[in-house]
Amino acid sequence: MSVIKQANREIAGPESTGRPGLKSRRAWTQKTVFLLFRLAAYINGAALFVIIYFLVVRGWRAINWTFLTQPPLDSMTKGGILPCIVGTLCLSLGAILAALPIGVASAIYLHEYARPGRFLQLVRLGINNLAGVPSVVFGLFGLAFFVVFLKFGVSILAGALTLALMTLPVIIGATEEALKAVPDTYREASLGLGATKWQTIYRVVLPAALPGILTGAILGISRAAGETAPIMFTAAVFFSPSMPKSIFDEVMALPYHIYVLATAGTEIAATRHLQYGTALVLIVMVLGLNLSVIIYRARLRKRR
Amino acid sequence: MDTPVKVTIENFNFYYGRVQALHQININFFSRQVTALIGPSGCGKSTLLRCLNRMNDLIPYTRTEGKVLLDGQDIYHPDLDVVSLRLRVGMVFQKPNPFPKTIFDNVAYGLRVNGLRDRTKIKENVEKTLHQAALWDEVKDRLHESALSLSGGQQQRLCIARALAVEPEVLLMDEPASALDPIATQKIEELVHELKMSYTIIIVTHNMQQAARVSDITAFFYLGKLIEIGVTDTLFTRPALKQTQDYITGRFG
Repeated sequence: MSVIKQANREIAGPESTGRPGLKSRRAWTQKTVFLLFRLAAYINGAALFVIIYFLVVRGWRAINWTFLTQPPLDSMTKGGILPCIVGTLCLSLGAILAALPIGVASAIYLHEYARPGRFLQLVRLGINNLAGVPSVVFGLFGLAFFVVFLKFGVSILAGALTLALMTLPVIIGATEEALKAVPDTYREASLGLGATKWQTIYRVVLPAALPGILTGAILGISRAAGETAPIMFTAAVFFSPSMPKSIFDEVMALPYHIYVLATAGTEIAATRHLQYGTALVLIVMVLGLNLSVIIYRARLRKRR
Repeated sequence: MDTPVKVTIENFNFYYGRVQALHQININFFSRQVTALIGPSGCGKSTLLRCLNRMNDLIPYTRTEGKVLLDGQDIYHPDLDVVSLRLRVGMVFQKPNPFPKTIFDNVAYGLRVNGLRDRTKIKENVEKTLHQAALWDEVKDRLHESALSLSGGQQQRLCIARALAVEPEVLLMDEPASALDPIATQKIEELVHELKMSYTIIIVTHNMQQAARVSDITAFFYLGKLIEIGVTDTLFTRPALKQTQDYITGRFG
């Protein structure tokens, strides 16, 4: 018998005789491994549904028109969470307004202009490590720098800028990916027609990269909306008697509201359903944003 | 030949980092003639072509020695504005690469980036160059559709129109038909025949029959050196060097 047939016999096991219908040991191993992989994927997918189910079951009672459109009353046991929704929206939008221009500009510099070398490596090191800084550290930094040093006080401005710092790596990453995906042949064609580098970026590369950049921006917003630690010291308060009127005002926010109701509020047990309700609103917001990104991306792919 | 010389390459060497890709090249390209650069893969013909509009500047760690003269002026002179050089020396690439814009905007692109704003003039120019590229009849009713909806051959003719719109004096073509089917290839070759009445054309091609069909002068390269250059008919029927003869008859390639 040939060498390879002999080796095959040995790993396949004695049951394998080459007749159809009889599975070799190798085939069974493969089946088992794939089953484990499939299980892992299901657990992954199921986790999200379990979380949502949990929240819905415990919090749906709290959701009604009043809840969504009225401010809280009676030490948070009645009324609604409107100021929290407004606050979270202000903070996320502010964060994106600050982070998007800086992030996109940085990514354009890094990908289109920077020459390979020590300086470039340092900058990239800085950005990658920024992504790893714990959110509570961002919060403390925001307190020390924006609130105290720059004298913005506890305000939407301080909170949004702190969140912007957190979101920068996401935006820079997504923008660079989008820029990389634009084929070099477009750049060559443009330069060959007598355009400058900036004209090429402005007229050809950026428009082509826009979908990817927008996706990154929306993902950035959804991250910023859900963070508690960065806004805890810089923008959020447990209770504010009126809606924010300027960027120097303090605000209430959804994630912070959940935190306080569940730990330091005066009526923890009585407000349990409100906590879950608030969590539900927050997750619907975040999921809604992420879902819109997925649908947008799918539509783009269909067009191409 | 009484035709004036448009481009002269003098003692030209080119390096990718430490590797020398072109050795002591000396050539004259004559005005309103088609010169074909032929040779096996890796012989440096595309590299030389890209030196003529300084596209190789985009690649890091490249170095040149010697001169490339356009109408007597060295294009590698440090004071020279590369952007305006590329207005005079246009390029058509191997794989058609229209922008993801409308057909009209593709052709108008070169005009707009160079400051032309007058809408009527832009329209006239677009129409004129689409006629020149033998594409007008096929696209006149869909100028505002995406350029990517055209076939490969049409896209390549669009790229030629786009290059012609900025009124270059020299047109560089890097294997313009290699990605196209035979019918589209034929159309491109006919186009080159017509264009040479107004432009100086330098075309790199892998296809020797194409070089024989299309060019007035052919230059044979091997391993970064110019081996032989001459009138196309003579080079293909009575080449002076054995090496040229071997390549043309397919002994190696």
